[in-house]
Amino acid sequence: MLVVVLLLFILPAAAAVICLLAPLAVARASTAAFGVACLGLVIAVLPAASRHDLAYLGFLRIDALSVVFLLATSFLYAAVAVYSIGYLAHDDRRDPGFARYSRRFWVGLNLFAWAMLAAPMMSSLALLWVAIEVTTVVSALLVAIEDTDGAAEAAWKYVLIASAGLGLALLATIFAYYAGAQVLGQSYDLAFSPLLRVAAQLPHAPLQLAFVLAVLGFGTKMGLFPVHTWLPDAHSEAPTPVSAMLSGSLLAVSFYAILRFYQVCAVTLGPRFPRNVLLIFGIASLLLAALYLFGQRDIKRLLAYSSVEHMGILAIGVSFGAPIALAGVLLHVLAHAAAKGNAFMGAGVLVHKFGTKQISAIRGGLDLLPWSGPLFLLAVLALGAMPPFGIFRSEFEIVEGGFASGGNAAAAVLIIGVTVAFFGLAATTTQMLLQPRAPTAGHSGADQAPALAAVGTAAIPAGADDHRAGTAPRGGPGDHPPSSAPLARGEPSAWMVIPVAVGAVVLIVLGVHPPAELTDLLARAVRELSGAA
Amino acid sequence: MAGAAAVAAPSVFSGSANVIAVGVLLVEFGMFRQALLRDQVRLYAAQSTLISVLAVVVAAARHLPDLYVLAGLSFALKAVIVPVVLRRLLRGLGGRGEGPGWTDIADSGSLSLATTVLVAIAVAAFGFFSVAALGIHSPVLPTTALAISVAVVLVAFVLMIMRRDVASQAIGFFSLENGVSLTALVVAASMPLILEIVFLFDLLVAVVVFGLLIRVHHGRAESLSTADLTRLRG
Repeated sequence: MLVVVLLLFILPAAAAVICLLAPLAVARASTAAFGVACLGLVIAVLPAASRHDLAYLGFLRIDALSVVFLLATSFLYAAVAVYSIGYLAHDDRRDPGFARYSRRFWVGLNLFAWAMLAAPMMSSLALLWVAIEVTTVVSALLVAIEDTDGAAEAAWKYVLIASAGLGLALLATIFAYYAGAQVLGQSYDLAFSPLLRVAAQLPHAPLQLAFVLAVLGFGTKMGLFPVHTWLPDAHSEAPTPVSAMLSGSLLAVSFYAILRFYQVCAVTLGPRFPRNVLLIFGIASLLLAALYLFGQRDIKRLLAYSSVEHMGILAIGVSFGAPIALAGVLLHVLAHAAAKGNAFMGAGVLVHKFGTKQISAIRGGLDLLPWSGPLFLLAVLALGAMPPFGIFRSEFEIVEGGFASGGNAAAAVLIIGVTVAFFGLAATTTQMLLQPRAPTAGHSGADQAPALAAVGTAAIPAGADDHRAGTAPRGGPGDHPPSSAPLARGEPSAWMVIPVAVGAVVLIVLGVHPPAELTDLLARAVRELSGAA
Repeated sequence: MAGAAAVAAPSVFSGSANVIAVGVLLVEFGMFRQALLRDQVRLYAAQSTLISVLAVVVAAARHLPDLYVLAGLSFALKAVIVPVVLRRLLRGLGGRGEGPGWTDIADSGSLSLATTVLVAIAVAAFGFFSVAALGIHSPVLPTTALAISVAVVLVAFVLMIMRRDVASQAIGFFSLENGVSLTALVVAASMPLILEIVFLFDLLVAVVVFGLLIRVHHGRAESLSTADLTRLRG
């Protein structure tokens, strides 16, 4: 098992090195291969971790809780690595900027995945903080990679706000050290297991301070209101594969850090204090984000606010504290990673097809995209917690836990917020997918006939206007008139469909019948979180 | 309480720790008015030097030889390497006939200097008293320095909020990290050296990334001001 864990720790970094040195085709292939390999490694670790904790070399520690987050991250890493092949395929290869851009992209993507996979494997709160700080700086560079005004602005806001938040999280880590050193002696190294073992004897005041600072600090990266402000900017300006990873894994990994603090504080302070803190942040995030989902003009900002909403649901779920709610929260992490990854990847195809992120210019997606259209619709329905998808099951469990633990009011607010969010998301999405494309300005009704004929011919190769708008990395917005020409029916690339289709299958499996191994894993993780493992 | 404190004079250690902490806080206030990028970086180097001196004081008072190493490393990194890296990354951003490093960031405050300082004093007082009220006590702990260190962190936030130029915001974050280092020296002096080194290394990575993004910003906005960063909203 040591070999598997070490490989998991090393592979993404190795992929980054390969991408730095090898030709681009090798970089592409190795990223996809290593991404899928990491997912396989996590699945290989899964059965062992649902029986006992794994600790190696002093700095690696994997328990059931870590594996849940490793699973979410490695799944998205694999999906995004495959998707990116298609995402970059339509760029102009003769463009002198292309080689530089795509090399940066591949190196950054692997480093980003490496830092996010490393974070849940770290044995101490200090190393966890370091790993999360590394995710910030790497992803900030990835947000800036498109080199547009918007990307520069988003990257600056992101790196500044997230770093400042992590400054608070570091303060939290130091107070946790102070609390631990009072009991464990001055040579304590912030390792997690000993801290948990003596949690009942830790001094209260420093740990209270540490918990609030940790929720505020890591919550900044998780996207909790009111420190979520960087999130929609970064998600909308980053390249789509990066947005998918930001939303599905980065937020989850920050949530993991909060859960570690929660695990200790729930023992030391009793469950009431940490749960109340999380409840306040969770409700605020859920309600704010649900309202922001109405009237969004940018498809990726829409999905970003949906992420804030789901992070709020996670915080509320933990605040309920009942085992069924905690199981729901952990399932929600997995299902949200799959659903949000799918939604972003689907949105990437739509943006590619229509050459704009403006929701008002995207119409008739279901006709034009025979695969991605329906898959995007499924992803949005999954995000809105429709059965039979995984998020339905997880939110159901969270609500059930809420009623079971006496949090009736909070559970009611949760249901209302989720419903409001569903309507916001569904209204906009159905417009984009189902509403037929309006005839463009200047076209009379008679002009629609050739347009429809063009829609019917699926095999028109991607035209010049088709390819550079989707990624638009160096073209900048606005140089592509969104609806000037009739668009051909067809997918831009099979690479951009396969991972989304796999994600949809995963969502249905999670919702209909989660595998027994996964249920065991979640059960053990819940025991760990409730302090019973 | 106050009577007891007045009777027992503070030890040399806690006295010097408190004085240095006050110095760090005053330098933080100085960052509100620096008009040149170069001076802002120098002020940060001065603040970092104070932190290193405190590390030496703590090492001597509490017999923690590791901290001498940390003091040396922290001085080398924060007072020498980080300013050099920043200067290299930001070279040539001067424009308007100014020399490198002379980039003008004057008048980037969103409120007048006096108002900003008043706000910062209020925020610092809030941090100072609320930490003191938490009652985190131990025999070896200079409680006043702990409260001041939290005030430094909060004032760094005020700095980042009030000054609308990327350089001051970046320096604001680095000085926030200095405030956290101050806290660490006060409450977690015996933290293993290896962790401190990892934190320092992490800071270096962050400095490089901040520098790169400042370059990106300057390349697009032709200035260090963030007043135009209003495109993304809603």
